[in-house]
Amino acid sequence: MSLDALAEAAGMARAAGPADAVGGCPARFVATPGRADQLSALLRQCATEGLTAVPRGDGTKIDWGQQPTTVDVIVDTARLTGVREHSSADLVVTVGAGTPLRALQATLGQSGQRIALDPGSTEATVGGILATNEAGPLSHTYGAPRDLLVGVQFVRADGTVSRSGGKVVKDVAGYDLGKLLCGSYGTLGVITEATFRLHPLPISRVFLIRSVSTPAEVDELVGEMLDSRLAPTAIEVDLPPPVERPVPRQLDGTGPSGSGTLAVLFEGSALGAQARADAAAELIGGRVCPEEQAPTWWGRYPFGPDDVGLRLSVPVADLPAVIYALGDAAGAPVPVRGAAGIGVVYAALPGDLPVVRVAGVLDAVRRVLLARSGSCEVLTAPEQLRAELDLWGPVPGLELMHRIKEQFDPQRLLSPGRFVGGI
Amino acid sequence: MTQPQVDDRTRDPGRTGIADDGTAPSARMVRLAERLRERIGADKVLTDPAQLRTYECDGLAAVRVRPGIVVLASHRDDVVQTVRSCAEAGVPFVARGSGTGLSGGAIPVADGVLIVLSRLRQIVSVDPDNARVVVEPGVINLWVSREAAPYDQAYAPDPSSQQVCSIGGNVAENAGGAHCLKYGFTVNHVMGAEVVLPDGEVVRLGGTASEHPGLDLLGAFIGSEGTLGVATQVTVRTIRIPETVQTMLVGFHSVRDAAGTVSDIIASGIVPAAIEMMDALAIEAAEAAVQCGYPQGAVAVLVIELDGPAVEVDEQFRQVRELAEARHAFETRIARDAAERALMWKGRKSAFAAVGRISPAYYVQDGVIPRTRLPEVLEEIGRLADEAQMRVANVFHAGDGNLHPLILFDDAVPGAAHDAERLGGAILDLCVDLGGSITGEHGVGVDKKSKMARQFAGEDLDTMQLVRCAFDPDGLANPGKLFPTPRLCGERPGVRTAADTPDPALGEVF
Repeated sequence: MSLDALAEAAGMARAAGPADAVGGCPARFVATPGRADQLSALLRQCATEGLTAVPRGDGTKIDWGQQPTTVDVIVDTARLTGVREHSSADLVVTVGAGTPLRALQATLGQSGQRIALDPGSTEATVGGILATNEAGPLSHTYGAPRDLLVGVQFVRADGTVSRSGGKVVKDVAGYDLGKLLCGSYGTLGVITEATFRLHPLPISRVFLIRSVSTPAEVDELVGEMLDSRLAPTAIEVDLPPPVERPVPRQLDGTGPSGSGTLAVLFEGSALGAQARADAAAELIGGRVCPEEQAPTWWGRYPFGPDDVGLRLSVPVADLPAVIYALGDAAGAPVPVRGAAGIGVVYAALPGDLPVVRVAGVLDAVRRVLLARSGSCEVLTAPEQLRAELDLWGPVPGLELMHRIKEQFDPQRLLSPGRFVGGI
Repeated sequence: MTQPQVDDRTRDPGRTGIADDGTAPSARMVRLAERLRERIGADKVLTDPAQLRTYECDGLAAVRVRPGIVVLASHRDDVVQTVRSCAEAGVPFVARGSGTGLSGGAIPVADGVLIVLSRLRQIVSVDPDNARVVVEPGVINLWVSREAAPYDQAYAPDPSSQQVCSIGGNVAENAGGAHCLKYGFTVNHVMGAEVVLPDGEVVRLGGTASEHPGLDLLGAFIGSEGTLGVATQVTVRTIRIPETVQTMLVGFHSVRDAAGTVSDIIASGIVPAAIEMMDALAIEAAEAAVQCGYPQGAVAVLVIELDGPAVEVDEQFRQVRELAEARHAFETRIARDAAERALMWKGRKSAFAAVGRISPAYYVQDGVIPRTRLPEVLEEIGRLADEAQMRVANVFHAGDGNLHPLILFDDAVPGAAHDAERLGGAILDLCVDLGGSITGEHGVGVDKKSKMARQFAGEDLDTMQLVRCAFDPDGLANPGKLFPTPRLCGERPGVRTAADTPDPALGEVF
């Protein structure tokens, strides 16, 4: 396909550069459609010519998932932006998929509202957040992006523009395709527009911060919070590596255990949030502080660009066992951070470990998780490791997922190979 | 267990059951029945026409189809064996829970098998530490909260039929309830399910943990109205029972004031656990049925419930009272205890059955509108009702714009039932035109499948069918529901027309 033909279909296109590679796989073109019909024309053309396409927002998670087998065209959503409709009284907003969440929250904030989403990649676009189902501390109360998405418009691999759900918060007509798109890593379609349910911005946010030293202690304190009637909005734990060695490069198993922090967020009225945080402090100890003094690590991933970034999801009562298992397998305490109240935490392994070591850690942890209905996903890893690793572990229902992919994208043109089981 | 009371239409609306036409079952069905008897036991397989008649309809009494075979599953393996046998024989099957669905999602297929799950009523496990309860699909919604109650936990989704409806049915329909506004729907509370796929394979979707690798198949399955398989085990999450629940009943002299109060509450940043609204006719019916003591002379009442930590709720409750008074609320009653709260809710939750007191028959609809359009929608419903010369009682989940117009008619009058359905259809059109939906919680079923094409474009429906084709390429799971036009998998969309394939759900329609 010529660049001209791409530009004509999408309205804007250019040749790709080295910075456009997806997880190490070089791209040929970058197309930037400005409307759903342009995206449709673009994907129709790709389908005709058998070209592969990978959607990209701000690219904050472009190195998540497996490296695609080929990337002919990057579908950049940078022009699919803006608030299409904000019905503040109906608690819904419809936005272009390329809209950065941060900008959207600023707009909504002017009406005293928000999307109750606070993912770790702060520059992320709405489409990217949906495609990876990326959630932060607020998921303790409000769930993942799929729980807040009420309607979605997307373009299928053959160029068909489709819609599911709608623009009202309650709607059960038809299959909820938004659920399938959330966390599908751009393998089923390219999201163009999303409608979210909104929540009022709380008047006040107050944190309770309490130091913790072991996963067992975390479990006990989290249990106290969940059993209380104080309705915390979020419960996050941070178990950093030992201070002496910021990242355990040499895993010899002799490092001292890290000293961590449990942070609990209370949102509500000025009086109420403070009173609840104070009551929580009486229950579990710790220091109550205003939002300005929130922990710097709050809502940030514990892994950097050179690390192996893991997401563990386990039944909340099994969290300590799994954190211990991770440390045992790695031979040293591993930095862990995340939503302790719902059992979804992130961890970092050094990216310069040999692949057999990382694979060994994953195997060991997944064996422990198997009996507990938990999972350990590798979200991201340095290129040389990624291709050699099983990023997802066992995936129940994988055969059915392949069948869905076969129906939505029989030519395997959308982000091929990036997702579970080579989907 | 008693029969469903909540949508207990006091009379079959002018349509009697189908006559026993004496048609002999097909050889295929006879063979399938034999095989089922061998595999799961003769006592669980019904083929006697008199027994089959019990299962002709669900909560949507207007459509009746006698199933070819009824299987009374008493074990998970019965379901697996039955679905597998159906797949082998190429015979369609329909799963049925308590049969309280209002859109006809459990209407049988005439030449198919109805799998009754109401004997699968085991609470498999209660795990308060992880806030999970695992149940079989026939377990009644309210039982889950009962099981969790000793641990100060509860199951949040509370459809009005919660005393009789089953979790399996809730999953199929993505059931809602009065407290969706704050707590969400069934899909936000079901964490995992064991599902028998239409080819008889068993898969586990989701699980105890919050997140799982791969596509969210569970999210697609919930609310698929039995068209993607049969759930044989469901893992739900339970929530901590809030410290305080405060309920108030507020009477207004105008719908506009009541609706305005709802808007003001939302605009003030309060998310109530529930805001329900009833109009004068619904109030009259509820009063006649359960003597709930609603304010006399009210043109509209709101039931407003707030829950959470006392320190937050007390303040919000004061604000809500002020907002209601500013909108000329003429009577505000506050539930002093659980008994008074129960009475306030009784009037609302029994509203469907209650209209049976003031009308020989009724037809209930379930549409959604952007909540802010409520006053004009009510006026328009009134106009449509006058035009059709019928009365409509209105009950709403006002917080999220979910309307339940109850169309009253006299089934003794020829054609009245048809007129009621037509009026219901016009109200749904109105909802779609305003940017809403044809269903907020009752599902599409057979009742509203023709309206799907009004809410969605052909491309949207074709895309949904792709999911169907992935799960059920032979179209055996609950065929003839949800989609306006059946489609064979493997074909390109747009080629087929409705006339090509007979609609399997189309038995005899009365």
